[in-house]
Amino acid sequence: MTEREERRFAEVPRESIKLMAESTGVELSEEVAALLAEDVCYRLREATQNSSQFMRHAKRRKLSVEDFNRALRWSNTETVCGYGAQDALPFRPLKEGELFFVEDREINLVELALATNIPKGCAETMVRVHVSYLDGKGNLEPQGTVPTAVQSLSEDLLKYYQQITRAILGEDPHLMKVKSVSHDLDQLNRLLHMVKSLVQNPYLYLGSYVRSLVSSVMYCILEPLAASINPLNDHWTLRDYAALLLSHIFWTHGDLVSGLYHQILLSLQKVLSDPVRPLCSHYGAVVGLHALGWKAVERVLYPHLPAYWANLQAVLDDYSVSNAQVKADGHKVYGAILVAVERLLKMKALSLTLAAGGGSAGLPGTTTGAVGFRENSPGLSPPPEPLSEPPLGIASHLQAGGAGCQWEEWTPVSLPAMYCELYSFFGDSLAVRFSTDPPLGGAPSSRSCQPLEGRKEPASGAPNLENTRKMPQLTASMNISPRQDGSPRMEPQPPSLAATVPGRSLARSSSSSSSVSRSRSSSSRPGRSTSQSRDIFPKARFPLPQAGPPAFSFIIGGRQMGRRCQGRRFQTSFTPTPPLNTLPPRAYAHKLPVIGRVSKPVRRWTCSHYSLHLPL
Amino acid sequence: MAAVQDGPMELDTEKETKPEILSDGTSKLSGNAASGTLSSSPLTAGGAPKQEDQQTLIAVLQFLRRNKLSESVEILRREAGLEDQEDSQTLDGSGGGKGDRDGGEANSLLSRVSITSAAAPQIILSTSVTNEQLDVSVVLSAYSQQGDPSLYQVYYSGLKNFIESVLDCHRAELSQLFYPLFVHMYLELVYNNHENEAKAFFEKFGGDQECYYQDDLRVLCGLTKKEHLKGNEVLLDFRTSRFVLRISRDSYQLLKRHLQERHNNQIWNIIQEHLYIDIFDGMPRSKSQIDSMSGSFAGEARREVNKVKVFHGLLKEPEIEVPLDDEEDEAENEEGKPKKKKTKKDSMGSKSKKQDPNAPQQNRIPLPELKDSDKLDKIMYMKESTKRIRLGPENLPSICFYSFLNAYQGLTAVDFTDDSSLLAGGFADSTVRIWSVTPKKLRKVKSAGELNLIDKESDDVLERIMDEKTASESKILCGHSGPVYSVSFSPDRNYLLSSSEDGTVRLWSLQTFTCLVGYKGHNYPVWDTHFSPFGYYFVSGGHDRVARLWATDHYQPLRIFAGHLADVTCTRFHPNSNYVATGSTDRTIRLWDVLNGNCVRIFTGHKGPVHSLAFSPNGKFLASGSTDGRVLLWDIGHGLMIGELKGHTDTIYALKFSRDGEILASGSMDNTVRLWDSTKAFDDVETDDFTAATGHIHLPDNSQELLLGTYHSKSTPVTHLHFTRRNLLLAAGGYSSQ
Repeated sequence: MTEREERRFAEVPRESIKLMAESTGVELSEEVAALLAEDVCYRLREATQNSSQFMRHAKRRKLSVEDFNRALRWSNTETVCGYGAQDALPFRPLKEGELFFVEDREINLVELALATNIPKGCAETMVRVHVSYLDGKGNLEPQGTVPTAVQSLSEDLLKYYQQITRAILGEDPHLMKVKSVSHDLDQLNRLLHMVKSLVQNPYLYLGSYVRSLVSSVMYCILEPLAASINPLNDHWTLRDYAALLLSHIFWTHGDLVSGLYHQILLSLQKVLSDPVRPLCSHYGAVVGLHALGWKAVERVLYPHLPAYWANLQAVLDDYSVSNAQVKADGHKVYGAILVAVERLLKMKALSLTLAAGGGSAGLPGTTTGAVGFRENSPGLSPPPEPLSEPPLGIASHLQAGGAGCQWEEWTPVSLPAMYCELYSFFGDSLAVRFSTDPPLGGAPSSRSCQPLEGRKEPASGAPNLENTRKMPQLTASMNISPRQDGSPRMEPQPPSLAATVPGRSLARSSSSSSSVSRSRSSSSRPGRSTSQSRDIFPKARFPLPQAGPPAFSFIIGGRQMGRRCQGRRFQTSFTPTPPLNTLPPRAYAHKLPVIGRVSKPVRRWTCSHYSLHLPL
Repeated sequence: MAAVQDGPMELDTEKETKPEILSDGTSKLSGNAASGTLSSSPLTAGGAPKQEDQQTLIAVLQFLRRNKLSESVEILRREAGLEDQEDSQTLDGSGGGKGDRDGGEANSLLSRVSITSAAAPQIILSTSVTNEQLDVSVVLSAYSQQGDPSLYQVYYSGLKNFIESVLDCHRAELSQLFYPLFVHMYLELVYNNHENEAKAFFEKFGGDQECYYQDDLRVLCGLTKKEHLKGNEVLLDFRTSRFVLRISRDSYQLLKRHLQERHNNQIWNIIQEHLYIDIFDGMPRSKSQIDSMSGSFAGEARREVNKVKVFHGLLKEPEIEVPLDDEEDEAENEEGKPKKKKTKKDSMGSKSKKQDPNAPQQNRIPLPELKDSDKLDKIMYMKESTKRIRLGPENLPSICFYSFLNAYQGLTAVDFTDDSSLLAGGFADSTVRIWSVTPKKLRKVKSAGELNLIDKESDDVLERIMDEKTASESKILCGHSGPVYSVSFSPDRNYLLSSSEDGTVRLWSLQTFTCLVGYKGHNYPVWDTHFSPFGYYFVSGGHDRVARLWATDHYQPLRIFAGHLADVTCTRFHPNSNYVATGSTDRTIRLWDVLNGNCVRIFTGHKGPVHSLAFSPNGKFLASGSTDGRVLLWDIGHGLMIGELKGHTDTIYALKFSRDGEILASGSMDNTVRLWDSTKAFDDVETDDFTAATGHIHLPDNSQELLLGTYHSKSTPVTHLHFTRRNLLLAAGGYSSQ
């Protein structure tokens, strides 16, 4: 009994006590720490018990920090400051370590001070009266009833419904519809998870409810949420997740509703072709299309691209400060399109060459290998060197056998036209994503693809929800590359930087692709609590090309304001050794979980001096 | 004058040491278990001191002398000596409220009050000095015996086996012993530093205890160190007060024989020292009978405490001539204007109402005289009551719900004026807000300078003094520095009381909307305050475990009702203003005599802190609601529980009888208002042949028959209920979106 009871209490381990003591410079013996830990537990329990009476007398159900503080104050103890919010603070676990923390976002005071939308004050407390029950019977308004849509359900389903709604929405029965939750990201997230569970429940025949589920998910994908206004809110993750879910629903339950695919495509298309919609909606549309498969991308996105491109380009080219936010969003969309298009090309190529034995063999391998795989384009850009030791090498060994060589043999049939057109939009970004054999280096592409895979692994710790939609078809890159050699020179480069030296153009493109990757990776990590990486969307600026001395130094200055390891400022400089420098990139890739990938464009073939500055 | 000192140090010790002082006396001086009664309030009780009280006093004096606190000794002795003379005195200086009382009498009252309060802090000071010693000595005296810790389990399980083997009729009664014995044995183990044995003991037998002790057990099991024992109030109470058990003589003999045969001194000692066994002759009680009465911190109430005669009848209504109908219109037209000639008392035609035999004397406690405006209000009341709807099971009241919007979970208390014209809300942000429920706006009185300018002879002077510019629907009263936990309107609508976490009760004027007085004395959060139905007096209760009686024109309490073992959570005045009921976290309800400060009733039976109380309009019955979601009904005259209303699923914060007492409305955190057929509940019992002598009730489980209706609000906990004079039910609560 005691043990059971005790386990019900929170316990402060003696290690924590020792740690606290050490932080104040006191050394505690094991014994003292144990005693102290026990005493602390008891005092905490006592304070909690005392605080409950303040809650009861305030006629609340929820114990607030204030209550606890009052209990502390009345027992002559220092109060806990800084957590006086009425609502519960989100308490998040860290996936990697057994660490829990209260989310503590940095607030940009300048932004807040100069913001044009001044927050409204709290509404005045007021009293409203209504006659609830006339003569104890008449019920003027139905009270506490369930929405009409639910009333037709059977008894069991109704119970199920109530359980679900309670689990998701808490006790309040008034937040039933998606619409009404609309702008709370947390709620939407919860909703999506619920939808996922519903979809995955094998005992539930969803029938016509699929349509409503889809509409809810579509809402999450496309709706310009109010939360999107704040760059700190990670609505991108929500959209990514929703898109993934959409495809999941579609693939598993698509047969239940005829024409669902069409409908979805139509609505996505509508959003995409509507220039008035905010960029985040566009992003959702692109991600959604992407999730639905490359065919969808081909059918909808590809034809729309020319028209859409103009808008996007306008946004991206506007360097004014006021546009910064929109521009960041624009880059987001840009990245999404790039990824979608990339896959389109690859899949198209693949579909054309399925006959090739190596290709068919390679594909499943890569897809399975993609489980722990985080799409990150740095891996796609030309690697400096075949890796000596692939860190986790799931995929590397799959392709180690020279998949590149195999793929090199075939050439896409209809691809060139599409590629050319796409290239006209994306320029080298695309080229880089397709890996691209370095014009100067002349290193065999088959080798270059290998490190790619190895490179990706370090980042694959966080489970990536979207990995499925991102086929790490790096192999495909090889075959395009030969043709692609010439393309940078033939096509005019959209961005301002004029390419004089092929090597430089490559570097640029790699940087832009890396920037894309950065934004994407930040958006695509659901476990990541902060999404600030978004607003540091890197604008790659290059100094004027200097005369190309063989040695170059490459500096990435970047900063990620985040919870985990991003809080640092990275200044990496590579001193390249013109002949294959193996070590530096690897080391950095390890050290810098996010930027490390950015840092990858270390190129041994470059002979010019670049500084790549990632401004905040 | 020492007045009430407010340093946190003394306060802490006041709380902690008060019971110790008492127990110090009793434990030393009362050898046998049966005679050791705890005087509930030796410092304030004005009644004739019993032998034990005097002994307690002597003990305190000895203690003071030992600690060289001669001044306190003097004061206390003077106080003790004065008591006999002041015995017969009534509440002087508190009546009338007009200051026209005899000066000498008022002085004597005042001096007495100040002596009391001066003596108290002195003692407190002294005890704070030697707190450590005292505490240890008290504890030592409580747990002096040192048995073999490993045998505790054997003792307990031996007793357990015995009790389980006795006849069924005795088993239920003797099972009552389990909980107090368990706790005391556990504490003894902890106190004597046998931590592991204590844990093992708890583990083995903790699960056997009644479910309604779970809360206490949870506190208990967290406590495994002697050091922790020292600061824990709950257990301090347990140690120093005697747990009361009611056992029939047969069962008791059985137990005694068993323990003597086994030479089980350990348990026998605990029973002797820490339990009070109230032995009665007759049939042993059944399990359900026992369960309905148990659950409080300190066991059941002793039978003799509930034997005191309580005058629960209503006072005679003052005779006021109700104006005729044609004048009625006029009166309504010129509302607010005093009509002296009409409201003149007519003493001739007033013999129609007979004096209630149970009513106290009209002047048992001095009550304020009726003012003209009060009489006017009475007339209004009578007129309204003629239009009152007769409620009953077939005729349920309509319910209006006042929802507080945008209160952000901060609404803590609500009150309506008796005529339902004003609504006050107390908030966690330490403000009090007042709304006018009628179209009539709230106006302040003009400032002094402006008042000089108006024509005082004019007929509508009362209208002229109001400042039209300040008219608004609501007013905010700021002054507290902590959440406001209760608000109470005075019957004449001129004042509002609010009590707060900051330890004060504040009196606000509803003419100027300013704070008039801050009553300091509790020094700890004040959970509840309530105006007397006749105004002038009010009662407050708080975390310091005492309830205090105040008069609005005294800045110090007139009475301190001490005796609860935990926070006083709610306080209510009896309709005749002679008694005060308090509910507490110790899960008991006590009724106190305002005249002498004595505790005249202790009601046990709740299984959780009592958070709401309501007297029936005829003064005979009391309803109480607690966190366990049950409403209990009590017969005040007989001191018996007469009903249990089950249905709510959460704490009941609001209880109200309809104006005629036929319906009891209860409002709870579970967002419902429930209506109960109180007439039936009372009738069922009254037809019963009272086993009043034994006090053994047998409750019919008829909650469902008595429940007339359940009414849901929209995610709004019900904080307050109020019947208008025409029996429309008003409910109020803060809408909570989550």
